[in-house]
Amino acid sequence: MHKKPKKYSVFSLIRNAVSYHENWQPVWRSPEPKKEYDAIIIGGGGHGLTTAYYLAKNHGLTNIAVIEKGWIGGGNTGRNTTIIRSNYLWDQSAALYEHALKLWEGMSQELNYNVMFSQRGVMNVAHNLHDVRELKRRWHANRLNDIDCEWLNREQVKEFCPIINTSPNIRYPVMGATLQRRAGTARHDAVAWGYARGADAMGVDIIQNCEVTNINVKNGQVTGIESTKGSINSKRVGVVTAGHTSVIANMVGIRLPLESRPLQALVSEPVKPVIDTVVMSNTIHAYVSQSDKGELVIGAGTDGYTSYSQRGGFNIVEDTINAVVELFPLFSRMKMLRHWGGIVDICPDASPIVSKTHIKGLYFNCGWGTGGFKATPGSGWVFAHTIANDEPHKLNAPFTINRFSSGELVDEHGAAAVAH
Amino acid sequence: MTKKIYFTFDGKKYSGIEGDTLASALIRNGVFVIGRSFKYHRPRGVISAGCEEPNGIVQLETGNITEPNVRATEIELYEGLKAFSQNNWPNVNFDIGSINDLLSRFIPAGFYYKTFMWPKKFWEKYEFFIRKAAGLGKSPTADDPDKYEHFHYHCDLLIIGGGASGLYAAKLAKNSNLKILLIEQNSQLGGEHLSKQNSDKDSPLFKKLEKLNNSSNLKILKNTTVFAYMHSNYLLASQKINKKNLRQVIWKIRAKKVVLATGSIERFLTFNNNDRPGIILANSARKYINYYSNKIGKEIVIFTNNDSAYKTALDFHLKNVIVKAIVDVRKGSDGDLVKKAKELGIKIFFNSAIINTEGRKRINKVFISKLDGNFKKLIGNPEKILCDLLCVSGGWTPNVNLFSQSRGKLVYRESDATFIPNKSFQEEISIGSCNGTFNLDEILEETYDKMKKLLDGFGEKIDEKYKENTEKIFQDKMQHIWIVPTNKNFSKTKMFVDFQNDVTAKDIKLALQEGYKSIEHIKRYTTTGMATDQGKISNINAQGIISDLSGVPINELGTTTFRLPYTPVSFGAMAGRNIKEFFDVERTTPMHQWHINHGAKFEDVGQWKRAWYYPKDNEDMSQAVNREVAATRRGIGILDASTLGKIDIKGKDSSEFLNRVYTNSWSKLAVEKCRYGLMLGDDGMVIDDGVTTRISENHYIMTTTTGGAASVMSKLEDWLQTEWPDLKVYLTSVTEQFATISLNGPFANDLMKKLYPNFDFSKENFPHMSFKAVESDGIVCRIMRISFTGEMCYEINVPSSYAKDLWEKCFKLGKEYNITPYGTEAMHVLRAEKGFIIVGQETDGSVTPIDLDMNWIVSKNKYDFIGKRALSRSDTIKEDRKQLVGILTKDPNEILEEGAQLVESISALPMTMVGHITSSYYSPNLGRSIALALVRGGLKKKGGKLFAPMPKKTIEVKITDPVFIDPSNNRLTA
Repeated sequence: MHKKPKKYSVFSLIRNAVSYHENWQPVWRSPEPKKEYDAIIIGGGGHGLTTAYYLAKNHGLTNIAVIEKGWIGGGNTGRNTTIIRSNYLWDQSAALYEHALKLWEGMSQELNYNVMFSQRGVMNVAHNLHDVRELKRRWHANRLNDIDCEWLNREQVKEFCPIINTSPNIRYPVMGATLQRRAGTARHDAVAWGYARGADAMGVDIIQNCEVTNINVKNGQVTGIESTKGSINSKRVGVVTAGHTSVIANMVGIRLPLESRPLQALVSEPVKPVIDTVVMSNTIHAYVSQSDKGELVIGAGTDGYTSYSQRGGFNIVEDTINAVVELFPLFSRMKMLRHWGGIVDICPDASPIVSKTHIKGLYFNCGWGTGGFKATPGSGWVFAHTIANDEPHKLNAPFTINRFSSGELVDEHGAAAVAH
Repeated sequence: MTKKIYFTFDGKKYSGIEGDTLASALIRNGVFVIGRSFKYHRPRGVISAGCEEPNGIVQLETGNITEPNVRATEIELYEGLKAFSQNNWPNVNFDIGSINDLLSRFIPAGFYYKTFMWPKKFWEKYEFFIRKAAGLGKSPTADDPDKYEHFHYHCDLLIIGGGASGLYAAKLAKNSNLKILLIEQNSQLGGEHLSKQNSDKDSPLFKKLEKLNNSSNLKILKNTTVFAYMHSNYLLASQKINKKNLRQVIWKIRAKKVVLATGSIERFLTFNNNDRPGIILANSARKYINYYSNKIGKEIVIFTNNDSAYKTALDFHLKNVIVKAIVDVRKGSDGDLVKKAKELGIKIFFNSAIINTEGRKRINKVFISKLDGNFKKLIGNPEKILCDLLCVSGGWTPNVNLFSQSRGKLVYRESDATFIPNKSFQEEISIGSCNGTFNLDEILEETYDKMKKLLDGFGEKIDEKYKENTEKIFQDKMQHIWIVPTNKNFSKTKMFVDFQNDVTAKDIKLALQEGYKSIEHIKRYTTTGMATDQGKISNINAQGIISDLSGVPINELGTTTFRLPYTPVSFGAMAGRNIKEFFDVERTTPMHQWHINHGAKFEDVGQWKRAWYYPKDNEDMSQAVNREVAATRRGIGILDASTLGKIDIKGKDSSEFLNRVYTNSWSKLAVEKCRYGLMLGDDGMVIDDGVTTRISENHYIMTTTTGGAASVMSKLEDWLQTEWPDLKVYLTSVTEQFATISLNGPFANDLMKKLYPNFDFSKENFPHMSFKAVESDGIVCRIMRISFTGEMCYEINVPSSYAKDLWEKCFKLGKEYNITPYGTEAMHVLRAEKGFIIVGQETDGSVTPIDLDMNWIVSKNKYDFIGKRALSRSDTIKEDRKQLVGILTKDPNEILEEGAQLVESISALPMTMVGHITSSYYSPNLGRSIALALVRGGLKKKGGKLFAPMPKKTIEVKITDPVFIDPSNNRLTA
């Protein structure tokens, strides 16, 4: 049995400085897989790790393994633009994302790992009358759902983010914005590492560099997996593999209503603080914030085709840069430092699937599309509940696979008019 | 006499000479401290002479042309240049932030993950200071005055790199019929050759290569960096022009074959205090003394693990600089250069290493120690040598960035610890040192062989083969030493790996110790390789150190992913001209100028500019809209409806096609009749609506919503091409070919008679929902009697070029009926009074026709249509879905906000919402406010009461029928 990790604090930092940091413990072990677990989570991203963490913490299930093909947090967890907000339109989404946001608010303390959750606010900008109508609709819905949200007129937008171009004479002038002050950004890698450390401390085996090659099913019941590190048995398997969900689903002949598409992002070179909030404009497609390191973090759109390749077309990035320079002309002489892509799995209604399947003991958590990072803790929380009880939590009950046959969709595509 | 160029650095005036970079000019003036490092604020000078530079980065210029984080090694000096050091306060020589250097013990890699968590509320404050401390230069604060362009270029052969291999490749191909583009990132061709001392430049080959010039089939771009290698040999390059009206150009290149001749980058060595100003890469030092004629040091020491740095020693010696010692990790070498150095009597310490340095703002001494046979331990006492320059060489790293971006696979070569190209993924070849070939004679051989094969492939002849014998540098006889042993506790050392981000070898050790074992984890935890140079120097050393400390061979660790851009690219260049007036080009109708002349305010609808309302005199918006609405119901309102999408549908299966894409039935629609249709997605939700007219047996014209035109067109094509290829149907978008003038109101018929005096506009001949093609002035006008206002209405479609004349004619002839132009706002009011929906306003992707109370439009008899199956799903057939209703406020003067949510009763938050307001206006015809809403179970709740809880008040409303005027359609069909 492995030791409980020592607490991180300024005191432990000083204490370790005295011994020149030679006594820090590993954040997680690197165990070989056991023959059998009470539950296996496929996918060591944020959602998978939080699932394992809450299975152990909330449900006392500690004999579990997280199986990761590469390195933990290497998929979309480490590739997103780190925006966190809960200002969703529909009640079902708002409840789920707000639950996540509340978990974000205590995450660093809960994990004793600073995930640098920075509540510097998220502004969703309106550029035409349609945007104004839709964003106001969302503002009122958020208000009545007790989710903090404000409406800013053009002058207030300028006051809150002085560098944004609010001239009425630009192609798509800023006509106002919603502002969620509790929203913000976090250090994405730290989320994976913090939850991994927490889960590991409770006995969860995190197994990296282990690719799942098959899922074993007998008489309609999951019995385990085949992997590059051999067979591992378990009566419960949770699949949390984002862009590659359809690949795993294919192993058991399940077809999910998912499209996997490349989504791109980039950062600029680091500069001193220049933008102190997150600005999202769906209409002209510019998402900008500045990381604690000083880099502008910019999100682009998805490519129009399906792919498992973590790279998209340059035209998509160009479109986003056009929009960024249009909205922030002062950034014209800033430079793109690094660009990357991830694979997002998108449902027809742009809402996730956190669900049981017709195979007993097999569960899927997918379809978070372009907005899964913000949901990370909430997603793990409800998925752990679903796996532990073989029943969904009330927050993810609307997000079943069945909704695509019943028609009970949670359409955030059309409704919110805002990409996640 | 070389021309002097004056410039300032941190406000102080200096002079350099023509051809200098800012870096070489500063060195010429004895300025070695150019910047401060990211975390510890250690004084730093340049360590290279190229784009790999991590330290010497400056803020260039001020005001609206300022640019942060520019590499001094790449700035060509010009008169009046102003540059500033970054990341220091109050100045680069005395920087308060350097206290971090003393506290470095308390802020190891990733320290921020372990602290700043208590008290919880304080994170915001901690973060404020963290953010202030982070970042390097400053963002500009004003608009960029400069311009940028994009050029597209297609060629047979793209050669990247104008060094020996690239130039030779160009020469070999030049006499062919191929179109060749050669790109060099520096201002001069020659690459490594330029760094040589004069007598070494007497190469017959280079004499020939230097003569390569732009010609009919060869284009040479200098100052241009290829930064991205995308799929299908699509590459992007950024060219520096720096002219007044053009700053940079992005080249978008599609090449049949790509020749990568991108060279290699010298490695640093990792020893204690290896970051002091005056410690520089050996070959870069050589470039400064030879190419820039810049006496960079007076007493130098060389620290190397290979032969190549001996060239630096020899060249410095030739320039009468005292080479005090060559410290060579290896036990010996019989290379030509080593022999020469020995002959010259330069002191060489073999099997030794520099283990420490001193000198805060410039190196002043080094400590040399003997190594053991395995290069792991120190033997004996260190020897101290004074010097003012230390030239370091850790071997060479082939520049495989673009090769990797192209998705080629690398292989690890043990002999010189390099990753070299192995398996191509795209149509390219790698030649020269980027391919791991370092000696000139071998480079020429390899280039010839590979180019011959490549040109054979094109069926082209190759130029004559060339040979040149030069001294050999035995790259494979290097001795890699990833961590230079130290006589200190390793945890107390400062052996920099990533200079700019202040990542040291002990940080990597800490990451490994803490379990961050994947190379990607280490990179992200320590930030090594994430600085503005993206690890050009640091990555390989980090890999070596990880390998050394973890015992995992380098080739098993793998590399981090090479990503675009190779060097940073400005946003302005990426945007090119696609900003401001070209950001998203406006679409306007033929009557646009008329609207402007008549004082219209405009609304953006998709890409279109639509007249929103036409204020007269001093009217405000509501006065103007009320006047326009009233005039339409009483006289004639005229609307420019040209923006509506128009799709021409032809072919023998057109009716069947419409049957499948619309919910209602089309087979029996008579020629010259119009029909309204709702289009659903496959989820059964309304996605578009509009009137489609049967012009002849196999010819329809469909109208779509303004915003939906493009997406409907592509959806229709998608269905036709992928689902129903058997249907003989041909679609053409004619949105811009036809303009639409909509005449509405009780006198519309009278005006039509005046417009077309020879045509019978009687109700019998031309009833509501019918179509006539009427000729006037030799122009065929397609006239539809349809209505979106509830008034008698004629929509006249004419070829766009005639529209403005007809529009003006309407005003001339309609004067007596008080013809009034109305904009989109009045259009919205008019249709809302009549209870007509707008797709995208009353619908949001979650609304079925049944929800809209439009059961009548959903055919029960048709075999299928898109969305049919979805309409019978358990959720879509529920009775308490959100349904379209009218809403009247209790107070008739209260106009609800669109988007307001509705509740049945006021409670504490959260409140249960039952619907929302989709449209809301003041109706001048009713003399009160009206609204439309989607309300849960609303169809059965008409007459019921709801509340709209607004931020400052609660508004009581009543559910009503959505048709507020003329429910019996008397006006419409008059």
